[in-house]
Amino acid sequence: MIEFFTDYTVQLVVVGSAITGATSGALGCFAYLRKQGLIGDVISHSTLLGIVVVFWVWFALTGEGSKSLWLLIPGAIVAAIGAMILMQWIASSTKIKPDASLGVVLALFFGSGMTMLRWIQRSATPIPGQAGLEDYLFGMAAAMTLADLWMVAGLAVCSLLLLLICWSRFKVLTFDVQYATGLGLAVGIWELLMLSLLVIGIVIGIQIVGVVLMVAMLVAPASAARQWTNTLGKMVGLAALIGAMCAGGGALLSAVGKGMPTGPVIVVFLCCVVGFSLLFGPGRGVLSRRRKLVA
Amino acid sequence: MGETIQTAIETRQLTVAYAATTALWNVSLQIPMQRISAIIGPNGAGKSTLLKAILGGVPILSGEVIVNDAALGREQSARGKASRIGYVPQRSAVDWDFPITVLDLVLMGTYGRLKWFQRPGKKEREDAFDALEQVQMCEYADRQIGQLSGGQQQRVFLARAFVQKAKIYLLDEPFAGVDAKTEKMIVEILHRLRDQGDTVVMVHHDLTTVANYFDHVTLLNRQLVAAGATQTTFTAENIQATYGIDGMMWGQMSNGPCHD
Repeated sequence: MIEFFTDYTVQLVVVGSAITGATSGALGCFAYLRKQGLIGDVISHSTLLGIVVVFWVWFALTGEGSKSLWLLIPGAIVAAIGAMILMQWIASSTKIKPDASLGVVLALFFGSGMTMLRWIQRSATPIPGQAGLEDYLFGMAAAMTLADLWMVAGLAVCSLLLLLICWSRFKVLTFDVQYATGLGLAVGIWELLMLSLLVIGIVIGIQIVGVVLMVAMLVAPASAARQWTNTLGKMVGLAALIGAMCAGGGALLSAVGKGMPTGPVIVVFLCCVVGFSLLFGPGRGVLSRRRKLVA
Repeated sequence: MGETIQTAIETRQLTVAYAATTALWNVSLQIPMQRISAIIGPNGAGKSTLLKAILGGVPILSGEVIVNDAALGREQSARGKASRIGYVPQRSAVDWDFPITVLDLVLMGTYGRLKWFQRPGKKEREDAFDALEQVQMCEYADRQIGQLSGGQQQRVFLARAFVQKAKIYLLDEPFAGVDAKTEKMIVEILHRLRDQGDTVVMVHHDLTTVANYFDHVTLLNRQLVAAGATQTTFTAENIQATYGIDGMMWGQMSNGPCHD
């Protein structure tokens, strides 16, 4: 077991997962407070199409299949942007209700992504490297390489630095867009930056958590952290901590049980933390409110 | 008063639409400077939309909104101009569960003066406490905003506008869910602001208090019905034209005493 902890691959996977969890947890607080959880879910499902398309295009160009995050994450980002533009267009130009439009975009992108995934996997002449492509559905932390870790760490550092430096702007924009407009801020640019952070918070986790459950990595740490504090700074810090612990722990556990998808394990950990917080959170938790009623 | 009244805010043929519905249609009106003005009209009349259009927070389909430099205090740069409009949102539009304390909220009023990478410091915190002092909310500085009563919530938002050094105040139904004592206190604050030379514009529901509170009134129902000094404009005919009901009913509608 000690040997296991000192194993280089395991260390790499756990560190990579923890960085991912911390970043998604911190950025997810803004998605949570802006009530963009569902949009986050649509975006994360949609990235599957980008992943599969970019994998296939790379194969068509070079004759080799690559699953490097340096290739797949840009593909995921393009798909995420496409999905957001489509949602925006449906909302502004058609009479489809907002929730239905989310469903339509998710079905379109995830459905095409799944179809293309199956097509690649069953093509008559097997595409090299296609094995394991389906791991992006539910995550496979063990697949992480050192190059992947650098990609994830780079995204994490950039997005968290942006968040820290422009903290006040993001805060007022998340709380009250109208007021931010009244203050004379360039709301359009800041909204775009916030959306970019949302997308980064999602695509950073495609390898470790997978596209299907990634929304939990965004929303669950925020939901849990909210139960323990009443200030935004503490909430974001706590969510990052919860995200890092759950993702790191989940990756470790899944590495022990070889071949177990990482995403579901991480999500089970997250659910436990959320459940615990909902029960015991001071002042907000179910138990503390009940006690207040009795008293 | 012998002096001529200047215009603080003017809209010219302002039309605003959300998706398929028109919220405001061809509204041309002038709101006077250094006065307290009410915007009244039935639900869905576009009152909140008018405030947001003045703020620049909704896309305008056609027409324009002109905010007078003089009303904002002169020698303002184009950027500083916008930052001197204080906005107090409708209570139902605020996320009261947001993890933010009273002090943090009031500090937001200083953000317009801060650069994009700056955070409020000691000077800003002093300003914030001064503003909280004016609305008698200092002892609540560390409370989360959802833990306040309706009246306290309104006062905190007013304090945020004070910190901003606003010259024009836009308030969206500040008296909704507020007890009579706090309403009186807020009215006194607003009258003091007017006497200092600030401009106050408010969406208002209670028709029984219009004559007491306001110098100027705008009656709105997607289109402009009438606008002018309260004495001459707030008439039974105009109210009926705005609400489309018998003038006798409006006292009941606003939950106030019926006029004899």
